[in-house]
Formats: sequence, C-alpha cells, structure tokens
Amino acid sequence: MELIYGHPKSLKPIQTKYCPGCGHGVIHRLITEVIDEMGMQQKSIILNPVGCSIWASIYFDFDSVQVPHGRTPAGATAVKRMLPDHLVICYQGDGDLAAIGTAEAVHAANRGEKFTTIFVNNAIYGMTGGQMAPTTLVGQKATTAPYGRDPDEAGMGYPIRVLEMLATLAGTKYLARGAVNNAANVRKTKGYIKKAFEAQMRGEGSSIVEILSQCPTNWAISPVESVGWVESAMIPFYALGVVKDELAPVADTVKEASK
Amino acid sequence: MTEKTFMAGFGGQGVVSMGQLWVYCGMKEGLEVTFFPFYGAEKRGGIARASVIVSTEEISSPLVSAPDSAVVMNMDSLPLCEAILKQGGTLIINSSLVKVDTKRTDARVVKVPCNEIAERIGDVKFANMVMMGALSKATGAVKLDKLEAVLKTFFSESKHKFIPMNMQAIQEGADAVG
Amino acid sequence: MALEKRLMKGNEAIGEAAIRAGCDAYFGYPITPQSELIAYMAKHMLDAKRVFIQAESEVSAINMVYGAGATGARAMTSSSSPGVSLKQEGISYACGADVPMVVVNVARSGPGLGGISPAQGDYFQSTRGGGHGDYYHIVLAPKSVQEAADLTYEAFDLADEWRMPAMILADGMIGQMMEGVSFPEPKDPATRVAKPWAVGNRNGRKDVNHVDSTHLVPEEFEQALHARYARYEEMKKVLPRFEEHFVEDADLILTAYGTSARVCLGAMQMARKLGLKVGLFRPITLWPYPEKRLGELEGKRFLAVEMSMGQMVEDVRLYTHGKSEVSFYGRCGGMIPTEEDVLAEIRKILKK
Ligand SMILES: Cc1ncc(C[n+]2csc(CCOP(=O)(O)OP(=O)(O)O)c2C)c(N)n1
Ligand code: SF4
Ligand SMILES: [Mg+2]
Repeated sequence: MELIYGHPKSLKPIQTKYCPGCGHGVIHRLITEVIDEMGMQQKSIILNPVGCSIWASIYFDFDSVQVPHGRTPAGATAVKRMLPDHLVICYQGDGDLAAIGTAEAVHAANRGEKFTTIFVNNAIYGMTGGQMAPTTLVGQKATTAPYGRDPDEAGMGYPIRVLEMLATLAGTKYLARGAVNNAANVRKTKGYIKKAFEAQMRGEGSSIVEILSQCPTNWAISPVESVGWVESAMIPFYALGVVKDELAPVADTVKEASK
Repeated sequence: MTEKTFMAGFGGQGVVSMGQLWVYCGMKEGLEVTFFPFYGAEKRGGIARASVIVSTEEISSPLVSAPDSAVVMNMDSLPLCEAILKQGGTLIINSSLVKVDTKRTDARVVKVPCNEIAERIGDVKFANMVMMGALSKATGAVKLDKLEAVLKTFFSESKHKFIPMNMQAIQEGADAVG
Repeated sequence: MALEKRLMKGNEAIGEAAIRAGCDAYFGYPITPQSELIAYMAKHMLDAKRVFIQAESEVSAINMVYGAGATGARAMTSSSSPGVSLKQEGISYACGADVPMVVVNVARSGPGLGGISPAQGDYFQSTRGGGHGDYYHIVLAPKSVQEAADLTYEAFDLADEWRMPAMILADGMIGQMMEGVSFPEPKDPATRVAKPWAVGNRNGRKDVNHVDSTHLVPEEFEQALHARYARYEEMKKVLPRFEEHFVEDADLILTAYGTSARVCLGAMQMARKLGLKVGLFRPITLWPYPEKRLGELEGKRFLAVEMSMGQMVEDVRLYTHGKSEVSFYGRCGGMIPTEEDVLAEIRKILKK
C-alpha cells in the first residue's frame, strides 16, 4: 500500500505552542516535507530567529542555532561556510529580517551566501504582542501604530517589499513569494521551498522564499477571517509568484510540480 | 489589614480583569494595592494567574507566595493553590468547574458555582465578577460598597451598559457565601 | 488636595511621567517586558504632536536619542536587557559627548536571549559603564510604580543638569505590575537648564557648536576625561539617595534595590516579629552609589539579596571596606525570591 499522507520524519510529533490559525506551523511542515523528500534530515541546520518561531527548534528533528534578533543571516553565513554540504535554513520573521536585521539580510544576499532564507511575513511583530512591522500595511493598526500605519503625518514609513528590494542585488539567484492561506497557495509555496533548497544544494547563490503568513492573534481577528485578510489585503500589495529566477537551467521536475 | 490573594484560572476566564478590578476598587477605598500578572511567552489560552494585594500599610513584595486567600477558577489551578495557601487561609473555589474536594483540611473553603450563576444572569463571562463578589464577602478586604460609581470610572463609556450585569454578578457572588 | 491616584502598570506610568517631564522625542524598539511603554508613547506622544519613532533596532533608536539630545531636546528610549546591550554603543558616545538623555531598562533575565521574567543581572552593565571607555552615568532604581514615575520625571532634569544619560533600571516586575500612582503637574519648559552647547538655532552665535566624542590628541583627551571625572566627584557628593529601616540597632542589614528590596522589606518585618534585629538598606541611586552611608555602617553584618548571581553585593563589600561580613542570597534566571526564602536565609545567618 502506498502512503499518501503522513507526519514528516523531520518534524517532531508534538503539538506546537503557536496560536490557532498561525501560519508558522504550516510553514514548518512544508520545510520538513521537502527535507524528507530530499533525504536531508541528517544534514539540515536551522538558524532560528527571535520571534514566535523561536520555538522552531523544539519542533524540528534536526540541529539548530539560535542567534540574536536580526543576526540570523550572519549566523547562517558562517554555518554554511563551515558546513557547505549541509542544507542551511535561515528562518526569519519580518521584524527580524526587515527591521533590526536589514543590514545582515542585505549583505548576506549581496554576497550571494548559499543558504536559503525562509522569510515569514505576517505584517506584524507577533511575539512581542502586535507592534508595527516594516511590512505592516498602510492603515493597518498595531500597538505602536494606534491610529493605523501612517507614512506621512506620523512618519512611519511605507511597507517594504523585501524581495523586490533584494532583487536588484547580483548575489540573489532565486526569490519567490508564496502564502499559506489556502491549499493551492500552500502547494505552490512548497514548490518554491523545494526549488530553493535544491538550488542551495547545487551551490547556487542566495535564495529567499517569502511566505505571507497569518497572525490572527495580533491582527485581532479569527483564524478564518485571517486567511481572508491575507487574500484581500496582503496579496494585492505583496504579489505572489517568482520575483527573480537566475538559477542555472536544470532538467528539473520541480518546475512542473510547482505550477 | 493586608490581604494577599492569589488568583488562578485559564486564559479567557477573566482572571486578569478580576484582579485589576479588585485592586482598582481597593484603591478607590483608600487602600494600598498591587497587582502582578503572570506574563509568559506563551500566546493565547494557557494559564492565567495574578498576585493581588490590598493593604492599609505599605506593601512589601508584590509577589504573593503564601496567600491569605486563593481564588481557584478551574480544576488545573487547584493543586497549585493548595500548595501555596497560607496555614488557615481561605480557598475560594469555582465549584462549577472544580468538582473535587480540597486536601487542605486547615483551610476555610468557600465554594461558589460561578459559571452557573453567571449563565443564569446572562453570560458565563461574568463568572469572574461572581467570584469577585464572593472574594469581597469572604475576606472583607475590599468592601465594594460604592460599586456603581467605581465601575463607571473603571469601564470605558462604551461598556457602561454592562455595569448592571456586573453589579448583579458581584452581588450574587457575595450572597452565595454563607 | 491629594492628587488623584490612577491604577497603572509601571511601564505606562514611566511613559506618562516622561511626557509630563517634557520628553520632546521618544525612540524605541519593541521588546518584552517593556512593550506597554513603547505602545503608551506611540499613542500619547502622537496625540501630543511630539516626536515618536519606532526605530528599526535598538542601535538605531539610541542614536536617534543621541541626535535629538544633541539639539538640546529632551529625548528618551526604553528597552529591556538584550536591547539595552545594543544601546551601549550610543550610551558610550553620549557619555563621551556629554549628551543628556533618559534610558529606561525594564530588565529581564540573561545572558543571551535569556527569558522575559524579571531579573537584576544588568547591575554591572548599568553601573560600570556598559560600553567601551572610561565613563559612568546616572542610574536610578525604582521599587514601585509610583517611584518609577517619580524618578523618570526627575531623570530628565538630572540628565540635563549633569549632561549625561540618566538610566532608570527597573525590571519586569516593576514594568508589568499595577499600583496606584499620582503624577506631578507637567513641567514648565521655562524651568529647563540652558543648553548653550546644543546644535542648531545659531542666531548669530559666534562659535560653532560640535557635539562630538572624538579626541585624537591623547594629552587633550586625558585632560577632558579628568574634567569629566571631576564632575563625577561632584555628583557623588550631592546625588546619592537611599532608604533605610532599623539599620542602627540591626544585627543584620539586608541590602537590595528595586523589586528585591520590596521582598526584603517583607522579610525584615517578618524577622522583626520574631524578635530578630534585622534592618534594610536600599540604594535608590545605583550610580552614584550611596557609598558614604554604607561606609558609616561598616562592621555590621550584611546580607545582599538580588535577582542575579550576585552583582551589587560586590559594591556592598567594596564600600564596607572589608570590615563587614557580607553574605549573599540570590535567585536568578527570572526567579523572584520570596519573603519566606529571605527570612530562612536570615535565620540561617543569625542562627536563630
Ligand atoms: C535585541 C532585541 N530586541 C528586541 C527583542 C524583542 N523581540 C522579540 S521577537 C521580536 C519581533 C518579532 O517579530 P517578527 O520578526 O516579525 O516575528 P514574528 O513573531 O512575527 O514571527 C522582538 C522585537 C529581542 N528579543 N532582542
Ligand atoms: S502571535 Fe501570531 S505569529 Fe505568534 S504564534 Fe500567535 S498567530 Fe503565530
Ligand atoms: Mg512578524
């Protein structure tokens, strides 16, 4: 009998601490499914960031390094350089990557560091309780944007499209944006992750998969409403799809699978 | 007079707002007060606890380690409250959710079916207010005598329509203490 | 008439006090357990049409404070331990350039990311000049929500008067707990000290002003540092502040600051009820430390109680000049000592 659906080997069979409806859990699952498919469990290392996914290391059945807030790409740079035959995953939230860690993210990408960043964009600071993130949409409320993000009068700046910004750097080879708000998007996102991981193992440059993710708790809406909000508010601003693909052509089946 | 109370329940039972309102009323009655919530990295759900002290004197440690009274809102909280309650202290138990008897034979035990009373009033969400009424009656630490005026300053205007139900819940909680 | 008391979290009370002290600009970055403070400032600084920026990092925030302070504005930032480590760069520069500012640390447990529960492991960092170079700055340690508000209100004046950062060293307990608090009236801006050294508004001023910490000529730099240290000596004469209870007849004096001093007060009262002669010495200024008073008590027995592995205890030893027996009791990792724990330690030491 063929096994159609099971628990990924690389994901420990424990209940997560994430809130109901949170996107992090789904993203963890996608990562581990791809690792299992690639047979990389023994050679995967995750750099887990400061953010709700600080818990990531509890759930993944492979090694991890926890770094200071935002320094994730710096840590990942060094881990990958020391262990080039390993699959190195730099897991970051939007605050971690696009605020405090912008310098590290930009320069690791520019150097073309050969690890993969999984960038979880939930347009908010989840762990610290709902402050404005660099990716918070204009008008979106946050505890530090009590009247909504106001780029002009309050000088809060505009939401950052990270991939489009990094696409100008020669070091980036594969940039794609997915979402986990419905089954179709989950499937596509898995394809992006697989493509990025495989490119990493072939030794190509910097690869980043941004994933739009729900944070119903800090958006103060129900899990069901939150998947709708990704669709109606986030996707129109953060367009899904491959932003940059300069990977060397390979006879791959992944391209097909991710369609 | 110093009354140190430990409050415990699960997230969503209004343990934190009960503690805040308790000390707010105490402050309005001229007492020194302190309220220290348990704050964890865990997100929604989970445990909710608060250390709450009202006193006629300057309050020393805000952390309640040997409470004079413990409020037990759910089953899971009972063992912890039993473990730390001061010798001869008062255990106020939400008997709607806590169906077993306490092992603490020295304790004064007050049982109040908070959820049932709250549901009868109109919403189980008022269970915490029922409990607060019981706590006031059982300890006498905060009198809650000028309740209506105090509630008006505690709740924002938009919530004023719930004040009568809050008052009824608090009253019925007090009445439930024999 | 007594001012009306409000029930507030320590974090919010610090924010309100800062606004009343005339804080012109606030720059911060979110971190638990101080997040209510940045949220309070977001709302109320924007309402008051003052400057509020959520910076992209603590490094950025502290340098924004430095920039605002250089213009003579009253500027403030707040954070918690890991974030305050990042601010050390800016604090060192501010001390080097004599720029006043207010920095709030609602401390949590470390090292590293540690935990988010209250702790007092940042004493060394705060009182010894946590960044590089030779410097100190004012450190104030509140024990209650009221005192957190009062000291914050005052910190802006002290920072301006002495031209240096003034730090409020609180912890997660002070930040997260709610107590009754009353606030003084907003400060009249006319009472602020003049800042002829600040940049901007030149209005024909003959000399140009440079806010700068660079000194590339060693001879000159040495002199400048000596001048700054002479100012520190002045401060040591007038600034130290403390609270004490029953120290005169005490067989054992508890020393503690902030939250652990609250615990010690309770333990002392319990000990006194048992007939044990126990006193309490609580520094309010951690820098400058009330060393003179402690020196007067040398020879007595001390028990330092902290939420750390033992940091302030070194100052107790230092300022009792080796003439006192100094014991230590600490909880760490975010654990808070209970009054019962401290009483047990007292009884152990006094063998009673
Ligand atoms: C130096 C430092 N500053 C601040 C923090 C507090 N902090 C913890 S998580 C976090 C932001 C998390 O937001 P994000 O990266 O978007 O991750 P999410 O929780 O939303 O997944 C912050 C500011 C910290 N731990 N260290
Ligand atoms: S706060 Fe948001 S990001 Fe964090 S676990 Fe909950 S839903 Fe997920
Ligand atoms: Mg986020």
